[in-house]
Amino acid sequence: MEKGKILDLQAISVSFDGFKVLDKLDFSLDYEELRFLIGPNGAGKTTLLDIITGKTPALAGKAIFNGKVNISSQSEHKLARLGIGRKFQTPSVFGSLSVYETLEIAVGFRDRPGRFFQKLKTEQVECIKETLEKIGLTRKARTPAGILSHGEKQWLEIGMLLAQQPQLLLLDEPVAGMTRQERDKTGELLQAISKNRTVLVVEHDMQFVRQFANQVTVLHQGQKLCEGPVQEVQQDPRVIEAYIGRKREKAA
Amino acid sequence: MVKAKVPTKEILAFRFLPVIAMLGLLAAPLVLSDFRLSLLAKFLTYAIVALGLDLIWGYGGMLSLGHGVFFGLGAYGMAMYLKLEASGNRLPDFMGWSGVDSLPWFWVPFHNPVFAILMAIFIPALLATLLGYLVFRSRIQGVYFSIITQAMALIMVTLFIGQQPLTGGTNGMTNFSTVFGFSLADTGVQVVLYFVTVACLALAYLLCRWLMHSRYGRLLVASREDENRLRFMGYNPAPIKSLAFGVSGGLAGLAGALFVLQVGLITPSAMGIVPSIEMVIWVAVGGRGTLWGAVLGTLLVNYGKSTFSETFPEIWQYFFGALFIGAVLLFPGGIAGFVRNMLDRVFVKASPPKEIPVPVDRNPSGKELESGVEVT
Repeated sequence: MEKGKILDLQAISVSFDGFKVLDKLDFSLDYEELRFLIGPNGAGKTTLLDIITGKTPALAGKAIFNGKVNISSQSEHKLARLGIGRKFQTPSVFGSLSVYETLEIAVGFRDRPGRFFQKLKTEQVECIKETLEKIGLTRKARTPAGILSHGEKQWLEIGMLLAQQPQLLLLDEPVAGMTRQERDKTGELLQAISKNRTVLVVEHDMQFVRQFANQVTVLHQGQKLCEGPVQEVQQDPRVIEAYIGRKREKAA
Repeated sequence: MVKAKVPTKEILAFRFLPVIAMLGLLAAPLVLSDFRLSLLAKFLTYAIVALGLDLIWGYGGMLSLGHGVFFGLGAYGMAMYLKLEASGNRLPDFMGWSGVDSLPWFWVPFHNPVFAILMAIFIPALLATLLGYLVFRSRIQGVYFSIITQAMALIMVTLFIGQQPLTGGTNGMTNFSTVFGFSLADTGVQVVLYFVTVACLALAYLLCRWLMHSRYGRLLVASREDENRLRFMGYNPAPIKSLAFGVSGGLAGLAGALFVLQVGLITPSAMGIVPSIEMVIWVAVGGRGTLWGAVLGTLLVNYGKSTFSETFPEIWQYFFGALFIGAVLLFPGGIAGFVRNMLDRVFVKASPPKEIPVPVDRNPSGKELESGVEVT
């Protein structure tokens, strides 16, 4: 057990129908680190997030959260309550619940079941109001989440995470399919929420990565190809090799 | 499915509808004949089932095709008490025919009517909760859940028919005489039972309303919309869904107990697959997702069923079938969905709500397409 690591994965392997998606992967994150995860399609990025959130069990290896929690022995909802939050690639909000009701569910996630039948505490209501301000949806609090625009749904998802204040935050392509303005606003939101917590972002948008990343991990065929500051990684011949046949990074 | 918001004033007007309906039901004994009144009472017990079914299907997205079982269990619980009461100190008649010479142990406490009524609610609720928990814990959803409930209905009917010495077999239980010492044949007693049924329906309605307006109700809807997302937010959907299923089962059991008091008969065929599906049809016609829709649908469908069967005894089932096909094709949201659409049209035209999203082209130049896809 290493001290000072919020997440420590050792020799994690996952395979689907004999195909190795992750192959003896070692991966760790420090407290309050902002890390980007890139790699070609099929590199195992989303599977890695699935492992960390308990969605997919690892075939072999050890996954330790916060120095003591063995991830593979916990179910998804328990991991979420322990402080692992995740934003999905496609915005998945509850279509017929309003923005306010969605945040209500988010904020009450650690309440004991008996409280589900009572009103929210004052500080919880305050938290919802603050969150609405931060994500700029105060005016749409009563709107069903299903009729929000794509960008607004993404912000609502970020708001759900803001309300839950996870210790470790996993974001799967947070700016995919967004317009430039939406992307800028999302970037600001992300910077705001990455304070005081560890954030792991899976992203394809290199411009976005350059804008925010300091540490980047490149995955390729289920293994860690390289890790380091973004400029260094971009120059790495192995990374360029992995992306060969695809559009090369213009700046490189 | 997105529910558009009706302006608040209209919602307030809507609030009075259940009260008006309640007053109408309370006045019914003044205008209806004894026969019609007992028919209405029977429909009202069905409406209690529909409320519970709407809870799990309309709000929770779990379509149960075996709710007849919970209804039947409640009915049998009540019938056991009535049968013992009617038999006096002797064994129930059907036990004698099957060669049973002493009362089976689990029958004994059913001498007590309060125990019988409590069991009529508790046992179906417990069965539903346990079955629900096992199914939902294994993340079985959608059509697979429906198939399991249907299998349960089949198993239960077979079990009740097979255990003739204990349950009365195919013939079920009938020939009841008194309840709490009052004769069931007495008109006054029937009117009292009618009022009891109305009260139970009102309580069931209030219970469901309270549940669905609480945060729990929202969690149930969230589990319908995206169970996995709810999981990653730190909630375990299995107990949330099992509770709804349990409440639904308990309500069906209560309805079954009241049904036996009204009708004086329970047979295994009342808990099988066909009656279970009929229950689903009541909710579908009424409109799932609204409690009053479920109640209204039940009353209308059953009224239609009895009218058709009186007027056209030979071909009424075709009318009935046509009614369902028509309702499903023309009003997929049921009566409630239709009424809501009409209201929305009227009121949205009159005063457009502020929350209608206006699609804005935020990026007329289309510039974002050039950036951000270097590495894919």
